[in-house]
Amino acid sequence: MKIQVLGTGCAKCKQLTANVQAAIADAGLAASVEKVEDLREIMKFGVMTTPALVIDGKVRSAGKVLNPTEIRTLLAK
Amino acid sequence: MSAPALQRLEAANADAAVGRQSPYAGRTVALHLLALVAWIAMYVLNGTASEWLAFSVIGLSRSSRLGSALAFFLYEVPKVLLLLVLVVFVVGVIRSFFTPERTRSLLAGRRESAGNVLAALLGVVTPFCSCSAVPLFIGFVEAGIPLGVTLSFLISAPMVNEVALVLLFGLFGWKIAALYLATGLVIAIGAGFVLGRMRLERFVEPWVYEMTATQAPSADERVSFEERLTQGREAIREIVGKVWPYVVVGIAVGAGIHGYVPEGVLAGIMGRSAWWSVPAAVLLGVPMYSNAAGIIPVVQALLEKGAALGTVLAFMMAVIGLSLPETIILRRVLRPQLIAAFVGVVAVGILAVGYLFNAVL
Repeated sequence: MKIQVLGTGCAKCKQLTANVQAAIADAGLAASVEKVEDLREIMKFGVMTTPALVIDGKVRSAGKVLNPTEIRTLLAK
Repeated sequence: MSAPALQRLEAANADAAVGRQSPYAGRTVALHLLALVAWIAMYVLNGTASEWLAFSVIGLSRSSRLGSALAFFLYEVPKVLLLLVLVVFVVGVIRSFFTPERTRSLLAGRRESAGNVLAALLGVVTPFCSCSAVPLFIGFVEAGIPLGVTLSFLISAPMVNEVALVLLFGLFGWKIAALYLATGLVIAIGAGFVLGRMRLERFVEPWVYEMTATQAPSADERVSFEERLTQGREAIREIVGKVWPYVVVGIAVGAGIHGYVPEGVLAGIMGRSAWWSVPAAVLLGVPMYSNAAGIIPVVQALLEKGAALGTVLAFMMAVIGLSLPETIILRRVLRPQLIAAFVGVVAVGILAVGYLFNAVL
């Protein structure tokens, strides 16, 4: 599973990355987490608010700092 | 809380997060109503409680300077914070209906003028954080929304915000709050329209127009009412959690001016007879960066001591509407010429508002 966090480096983006890592550790999943900070790369996903969460190439959430429980729900789907 | 109960709660939260109706919906609504009753009680009792604290418990005299400053502080801080909590919550719930994606689709295909009006109005209710200004700008431009309409949105979103309106309402009354809302919208509409006429597209970084939206974001998920309430509560945590120290410090400074600076001392420098005070207020306000929460209590105290309303409104709009951090962020997609035009046109609009209110009121 490939997880990407889109964000230009604001505090919210860092918080989301930390929550993703916590969610993965909790669920015991093998997943790679990548932070996408380049603006043009971010815009290729078509999001208008950051931070955004991308799972296996699909945008699953934008503009929200999801908590680890919410992230686990998204990972399970 | 026992472990199974905790698991149930987590399951309920997870259900709410993905938009399903959880079996605890009724209880959630009841808890919110209970909180509303507690809010009303605190708001009503605040006047009595603050007087009792200042004059009976601390024992200051009503006529002393310290007494009047402290009573002002003890009354205004809880009042403004209570108003903030309620309004930020309500606005947070309203905003859950207006995602940036929906706003974009409402604006796409609009022409200028009608588009400017709609963009300025949507700027008030769409969730906006200046850190997302650039992706939002690109997203709007990609959808074919005219540059001027996009700029109307970007002017109104930070300038007309719920924190500013609550503080104006709490400290000045509804008339000034309504006046601010109306003039803020007029500036956003007018400045966006003028900038659209100026044909500035060539000063947008060219790569922005080369981008094409490759993927529609997943904004179509159904959101339950419970989840909207949760978003309201998150807005309280996020916004009130961030601005409360500014409110307290701002009101403390305001209380100091209120109690200690003699009446009319500012009439000479910030009164309506000094023509240069409006441009001076705007020039001073643009590089200053503060949120509405810190600036408005100070503004109120200035007004009380003889500053003119137009000057004070112009100062406030320049501080919160034109912020240096936001222009620096926008520099990544806009050339300096366009940024200069943007700041210039908005500043002229603010000047006009300042002079107008000094002349009329």
